[in-house]
Amino acid sequence: MPEKKKRSFNFPGSTSILASLISIGIGLIFGLILLIVLNPSAAGGAFVSLVTTGFRSSDKFAKVLYQAAPLVMTGLSVGFAFKTGLFNIGASGQYTVGAAAALIGAIQFQLPWYVCLLLALVGGAFWGIFPGLFKALFNVNEVITSIMFNWIGMFAVNLTINNLPMMLAKYWGGAQMDRTANLAQANPNALIPRLGLDTLMHSNYMNTGIFIAIVFAIIAWVILSKTTFGYELKACGFNRNASLYAGISAKRNIVLSMVISGAFAGVGGGLYYLAGNGQYTLVKQLLTAGFNGIPVALLASSNPIGIIFSALFVSYIQVGGDAMQPDFVKEIIDIIISVIIYLAAFALLTRELLTRRQMLRQEEENSAADALPAASEEKDEVSQS
Amino acid sequence: MNDYVIEMLNITKEFPGIRANDDITLRLKRGEIHALLGENGAGKSTLMSVLFGLYQPEKGTIKKDGEIVRIKDPNDANALHIGMVHQHFKLVEIFTVLDNIILGVEPNKMGFIQESEARKKVVELSDRYGLKVDPDAVIEDISVGMQQRVEILKMLYRDNDILIFDEPTAVLTPQEIEELMDIMRSFAKEGKSILFITHKLNEIMAVADRCTVLRKGQCVGTVNVKDTSKQELSRMMVGRDVEFVVSKDEAKPGETVLEIEHLTVPSKLHKNNAVKDVSFHVRAGEIVCLAGIEGNGQTEFVYALTGLEKPSAGSITLKNERILQLAPRAQKAGDRQINASVRQRSKLGMSHIPEDRQKYGLVLDYTLEENLVLQRYWQPEFQKNGFIKKGEVRKYAEKLIRQYDIRSGQGPVTTVRSMSGGNQQKAIVAREIDKEPELLVAVQPTRGLDVGAIEYIHKQLVAARDNGKAVLLVSLELDEVMNVSDRILVMYEGEIVGEFDPKKTTVQELGLFMAGAKRQGANSSTERTANTDA
Repeated sequence: MPEKKKRSFNFPGSTSILASLISIGIGLIFGLILLIVLNPSAAGGAFVSLVTTGFRSSDKFAKVLYQAAPLVMTGLSVGFAFKTGLFNIGASGQYTVGAAAALIGAIQFQLPWYVCLLLALVGGAFWGIFPGLFKALFNVNEVITSIMFNWIGMFAVNLTINNLPMMLAKYWGGAQMDRTANLAQANPNALIPRLGLDTLMHSNYMNTGIFIAIVFAIIAWVILSKTTFGYELKACGFNRNASLYAGISAKRNIVLSMVISGAFAGVGGGLYYLAGNGQYTLVKQLLTAGFNGIPVALLASSNPIGIIFSALFVSYIQVGGDAMQPDFVKEIIDIIISVIIYLAAFALLTRELLTRRQMLRQEEENSAADALPAASEEKDEVSQS
Repeated sequence: MNDYVIEMLNITKEFPGIRANDDITLRLKRGEIHALLGENGAGKSTLMSVLFGLYQPEKGTIKKDGEIVRIKDPNDANALHIGMVHQHFKLVEIFTVLDNIILGVEPNKMGFIQESEARKKVVELSDRYGLKVDPDAVIEDISVGMQQRVEILKMLYRDNDILIFDEPTAVLTPQEIEELMDIMRSFAKEGKSILFITHKLNEIMAVADRCTVLRKGQCVGTVNVKDTSKQELSRMMVGRDVEFVVSKDEAKPGETVLEIEHLTVPSKLHKNNAVKDVSFHVRAGEIVCLAGIEGNGQTEFVYALTGLEKPSAGSITLKNERILQLAPRAQKAGDRQINASVRQRSKLGMSHIPEDRQKYGLVLDYTLEENLVLQRYWQPEFQKNGFIKKGEVRKYAEKLIRQYDIRSGQGPVTTVRSMSGGNQQKAIVAREIDKEPELLVAVQPTRGLDVGAIEYIHKQLVAARDNGKAVLLVSLELDEVMNVSDRILVMYEGEIVGEFDPKKTTVQELGLFMAGAKRQGANSSTERTANTDA
């Protein structure tokens, strides 16, 4: 798999996009087959709503954008680390710590939204330091440390919020003990600006979060492809020894890469909870948003710009899936969505096949073109001898 | 009725941007040693990979004993009794010799390996051909030469009678090369046919019956070795006359550029030090060669010199600047410790052509242009405020590609992984020499290169010297040592055991010192004279 990914960097963009589209198509066909097997009578209608709901109305589309924003961020988090040769499976923990930092800023300290988002960034970055340091100084595999820091982060956040009574919904007149306050009540200033988009799209899910996420994606792209820092990061990722030989400090880059990766995930957490539509719930469960960044990054071959689109796709399918209720139960819908995403991640394989076919076709054309002159050359040779 | 065991007719094989084999025909007779000669990237390995079933040709046919065969994978090749020793061995490092030899064709009864039976056959084969191996030794513990014998035994165990050797001598010491040649001759005498990829002309003259020459993917011709000469072969291979001896003027050494004192480097493999108390200096305008047999501490020495590894004691001065100062543990308290980073050393004017080009010298998944600025991307010429100046990088890459004749499929944007070994090496040499260093550390810069490229790199080294640069050449090739250097230091078991003037010594004498049979002590001068006279 990594081997294929590396080679695919040379291929022209059009092939990549075509390959992704074909893979998505295959995934959808598989989803349809599953639907037919499970409930033939409702399958057709459910499939139509799966595929079209996202575009059916402006409020559904708003929800696609709303869910895509944190996915773009966690996708960037995983993708950025991939480029440096690190597997950041700790996006979930960084996302949680970022979210908590943002919420504490918003509710406990009554700060405006942009400061809260900055806190989310710092929180996520802080949580990325630890796996980075352990890897750089003691060569401890980042997968192990970041999994452990997912749990440490989640419990630390729960503990902190539990001990800050002002944070909980109950303090602000809500009924529940187990979740944070509704931001609209606690501090409307901390909500991400909507700039009238919510009335335009007829949805209170709509805010500027997706645009903020896109800005971060562009920043990630610029860092990776335009700067000496990105050049060093990728060199470390591809060949640690050669980067040492070139005088690049691999240790510094590992830590920095994890910090930046964590910062992206943290902003993701901030964007989700500062939207005001969800409240952080104190349960003993890792947030899946961090893990969803993995397929998002894989689907886009870790390309930051591609991640915007793959996050939109995953979000679109999720919104469409929700619309299949009540013909299908939630768990079945999750399975179908997973199958579609899983097959879509075969984009790399499809791209390989496409390139091979293109080469074959070119060769045929070449040999057809060669055939005539070659024949005449042979004659020449005969006459010469 | 048919004299040829293998006929490869009109083989064409293409890769993106390059036609590796273009209508090549090669015929192998029974019982002959057939050399396949060509520059790096001429298509030798590709052609042999086609025969071994690793690649499928676009055009052409392969005949075995006059009948057309299709070789889809190495299993097909094996069934046709074709065996291959690859340039980079394909052995399981943690298995024993015996396990490696029988791997894939284990004699078994109901799934249980019949080891004694296998052992008998292996021992018998190794006795018959003088291929001494210890069947129970683990691969990672034995020498490269021994590993090669294991590869050869693998072919024999499978009853192969068409044996392909892909640059078998590149990793061997002179003595081991002699042994290999004898073994190849005895195979040929028994009626086995050998295809022998190489670009060392001496070996072809010594052992081969016929030789097919490839150039840029095309077949230049097949000649009888006894009717030809080294000069003619090299002309066929490169397309022009090649000078085997580097022409150079007398060295005019200037001030001392590199001063090494009491350098000691611990070994990662054993408890002893890999480099023991080594002191010497290199002056501007001279080429000093560190000669020795592989594994005598040269690698560790270079890592310590270039900053990749931390030595345990010693000091190094580069251009009057201390870049290393480490006292032995006892005196540590008082002195200031200095260990400059790789980047600092590079800024002070150290260039390094590393021994392992793929591990250290290149980022294989980067493009050629990105690799050509690997040591310079941070300089103001190529970046502004942390942003890489892509235009400048491209311009610089194109200049180096032209100047150093680096061949690749797509120019500056070629992924280096897809380039041939020789051109990868050229890219490193171009990058390191063009950096205009004060000190150029070149470690086996010509390993695995063809005569044309070797001639070129030797000329570059001499040109750097004439430009007033200090050059430290680390080499295992005695020809190279004698040819290029102005001063020779022989390293044996981590120590400098002798210093020689190439004009006043012989290959034989150097060989004795490299093998540890002699060392310059108090009465070294008499010893030297005696030897030179003999």
